[in-house]
Order: sequence, then C-alpha cells, then structure tokens
Amino acid sequence: MLSVLTDNWELFREGFWTTIRLFVVSGVLSLVLGTLLAGFRVSPVPALRAVGTGYVNILRNTPLTLVFAFLVFGAPKMNLTLPTFFWSAVAALTVYTSAFICEVVRSGINTVAPGQSEAARAVGMTFIQVLGIVVLPQAFRAIVPPLTSVLIALLKNTTIAAGFSVLEAGAIPAAMAERGENQMLTLVWITIGFLILIIPLVFLQRWAERRTAVAA
Amino acid sequence: MSAVLYDVPGPRAKVRNRILNVVVVLAVLGAITWVILRLDSSGQFQSRRWAQFQYSAIQQQLFDGLLNTLKAAGLAAVFAMLFGAVFAAARISDHRIVRVPATFVVELFRAIPLLILMFFFYYGSLEFELGLGPFWAVVFGLTLYNGSVLAEIFRAGIAAVPKGQREAAYATGLRKNQVVRLILLPQAIRAMLPAIISQLVVLLKDTALGFIITYNELLYVAKQMGGRLEFGFPYIPVYMVVAVVYIGLCSLLSLLARYLEGRSRRNRKIAKGTTIPPLLDDGRSAEATV
Repeated sequence: MLSVLTDNWELFREGFWTTIRLFVVSGVLSLVLGTLLAGFRVSPVPALRAVGTGYVNILRNTPLTLVFAFLVFGAPKMNLTLPTFFWSAVAALTVYTSAFICEVVRSGINTVAPGQSEAARAVGMTFIQVLGIVVLPQAFRAIVPPLTSVLIALLKNTTIAAGFSVLEAGAIPAAMAERGENQMLTLVWITIGFLILIIPLVFLQRWAERRTAVAA
Repeated sequence: MSAVLYDVPGPRAKVRNRILNVVVVLAVLGAITWVILRLDSSGQFQSRRWAQFQYSAIQQQLFDGLLNTLKAAGLAAVFAMLFGAVFAAARISDHRIVRVPATFVVELFRAIPLLILMFFFYYGSLEFELGLGPFWAVVFGLTLYNGSVLAEIFRAGIAAVPKGQREAAYATGLRKNQVVRLILLPQAIRAMLPAIISQLVVLLKDTALGFIITYNELLYVAKQMGGRLEFGFPYIPVYMVVAVVYIGLCSLLSLLARYLEGRSRRNRKIAKGTTIPPLLDDGRSAEATV
C-alpha cells in the first residue's frame, strides 16, 4: 500500500503543492473581494447595495463547475485568456468563494453591538471609518469559525480544477490511471492528504469557537 | 440593522450619495456594455452560433441533460435524507458504541472532497467490475456528503429545541424514543426546513460535478454542444443558456428556503428560540451552504 505513495511521490508532492497554492492564493483573494462586497452590502449607497446583493444571489446559485467551465472554455472564445489554467482556476474559485465570504462577513457585521457603531458615529467617524476601524475588527473575531468553514469548503473545491487541466491533487487519479497504479489506494492516499490539510483548520476553528464563546 | 453604521444623511451626504449612486450605476452599465461589445466583436451573437438551439434533436438533448441532472439530484436527495436521519439518530444515541462510529463516519465524509468521493465509486466500480457507471457514482457521492451534512443539521435542530421541552417531556414519563419522536422532532423539523432546503440547493449545484466523471448531465451536454465546429464552437451561447437554467432552479429553491424561514420565525407552534440560521449559530454548519 505504501509503495503506491512512495513510487509516485513526485506526483503526489506536485499535486498537493498545487492544491495548497490554489487554496492560499484564491483564499486570500476571496477574503479581500468578499469583505469588499460585504462593505458594499451595508453601505449607504443603494446602487452599491444592489451590486453586492445581485452578485451574491447569482453566484450562490451557480454551480462552481459551471463557473470553471465558463472561464476555461468560454472566456477564450471572447478573447479573454488568463495566462495559465492555474490562474483560470484561481479566478473561478475566487469569484465563487467571495460570495460566501461576503455573506459570512455581513452576518458578522450584524453581530457587533449597535452601541459600537453609534459611539463611533458620535465621535464623528465616517461610514468607512466606522466599518474599517470599529466594526470589522470586532466582526472578524466573531466570524473566524464560519469563515474557516468556508475556507475548508474552498480547499475541497480546489479538486474541481482537476476537470479543467490543472494538475492538482484531484488530478492525481487520472495520472495514476495512466501509470496503471491501483486507483483505490491512490484515492485513499489523496483522502489522507486532504485530512492532513483540513484537520489543522478544524482545530483552528474549535479554538476560535472556544475563545469567542468566552468573550461573548 | 446595518442602518446603524451610518448617520441619517444630511443635505451634503444626500448629494454625495446621489453622485456615488450615479457613478456606480454608470460603472455597472459600462461593465455590461464592455462585456456585450466584447461578445459582439468576437462574434458570439452571430446567428450560426445560436442556430443549433433550433433543432429539435438538440433541444431534446438539452432537455435530457436537464432530466439527468434532476434525476441524480432527486434520487440523491432522498438517499441523503435517509442517510442523514439514520446517522443523526445514531449521533444522539445514549450508547457510545453507536455514537462514536457514527460521529466518525459523518466527520469523515464531510472532510473528503465530493469529487474524490465520486472518484471512489467511479474507479471502484471499474476496478471491482460492479458496472455502476457514472450515474451511481454521482448519486452515491452526493448521498454520502450531503447525508453527512444533513445528519449534522438534524442533530443541531434537535439540540436547538429549548431544554424545557425535553425536561417537561421526561417529567411526564416519556421514554427517550418518545421524547425525540413526539416532542423534539415535530418542533425541530419546522425550524430545520430552511437549512435542509439550502442543503438541497447545494446538492443540486453539485450534480454538475458529474461533468468531470462523464455523467451525461446538463453541463456535460453543454460541453458537447459547445464543442461543435460547424456552429463555430458556441461555448458562450450554450453556457449562457445552461447558466439561466441552473440559476433559475437554484434561485427558486433558495427563495422557498427564505420564505419558509420567514414563516417559521412567525410560527407559534415552534418553541421560541428554536432557530438554526444556516450560517452563524454553529460555525461548522456554515459549510453546509457552500
């Protein structure tokens, strides 16, 4: 059983390394975009709120695989090409995940006690200052657990890139099939790989849950 | 709630907001125009790229794809509910020997990427010559993942019924089985419905993964249609059509979930405080909606 892993170590290493890169790059980008969208959704400008709401409602009801297909097969047909399949995958994952992050951040903003932003307004802060200096820092503390859930989902969703020419962990089975290796053992090793990546995130989440439980 | 974040606009802020409003509207319109021009200049609106939608054989093909998507989603939804019910019951069992393995199974299937789960059935069927084919790989993969998430939703729903209900039921001499079945479940089910339906939206969306393991569902049909040379590789027109179908179906289900959520909040038959917001109250359940 071990030989399946050791004989093809460089394939597993490369695959999981790409998975981690996909996860980190699109995770950071979706956090930024998602927070920005959440800001839109609570802003005093109705048009911005509409943009945020529309984006979230459309993306949340679209299969991620379709987003991938559109960016990988569709976009080049309108002369929009990203440098590599890796970046197409990053774009698809970011566009999709940021809708979910937006919702988590928004519900986090709603958990901050109204007195906080009232006090901030009373000392004359503008909307951006209220949100950026007072509300968001407190909101982020409360949303670490649900945010981690979204990031875990993102990590698992990176496997979809395998269907779109990115050589990440989800693409290992196809490569192993070509080498005539045992597929079931390959899949078991991939599962173990994902468990190793996910378990620290789950512990981070539990830890944050306990901390915020005390703070509340 | 979010109105707390800014003051009621005075005359200057009103003007500023109005200007920003116009700027944003113009920016959105500009972006849309840019996309349309881009589509036009690359010839995506040419009639030959849309011509194949006129053929009844191709309409039939698209319709069959949709039917296959719904078939897989429907069957998987039923199986996932059963799986979820069984494992939720096992997880609240008083017997360690039942509870611990059930917890392990639920946590494991939630941690494995759904595509890898499907691969297990897909390659497993090839390897052991079970002849399951991609359809059952999709259905079983969806069942195990969504069933595990549903088990968590059921469990959280039962746990969210206020303690007094359970205590009162035990005090009248009911057994655990009766307490869960007669007192907790009827109250929990109503509160859980929005979360359950949100999960069904996830399940429906995830049928599109069948595309990767060559299950003949809507997205797979779309890829075939988009790859036709004689219609100038009409990927964009086909994906537009398919996107409308997916977004329409999922939005309908999402609307139903939101409607039920609003209704259950007003419903007096649900013990006060029994709510499972799909996102915040239990961090882990946020995963359910992704």
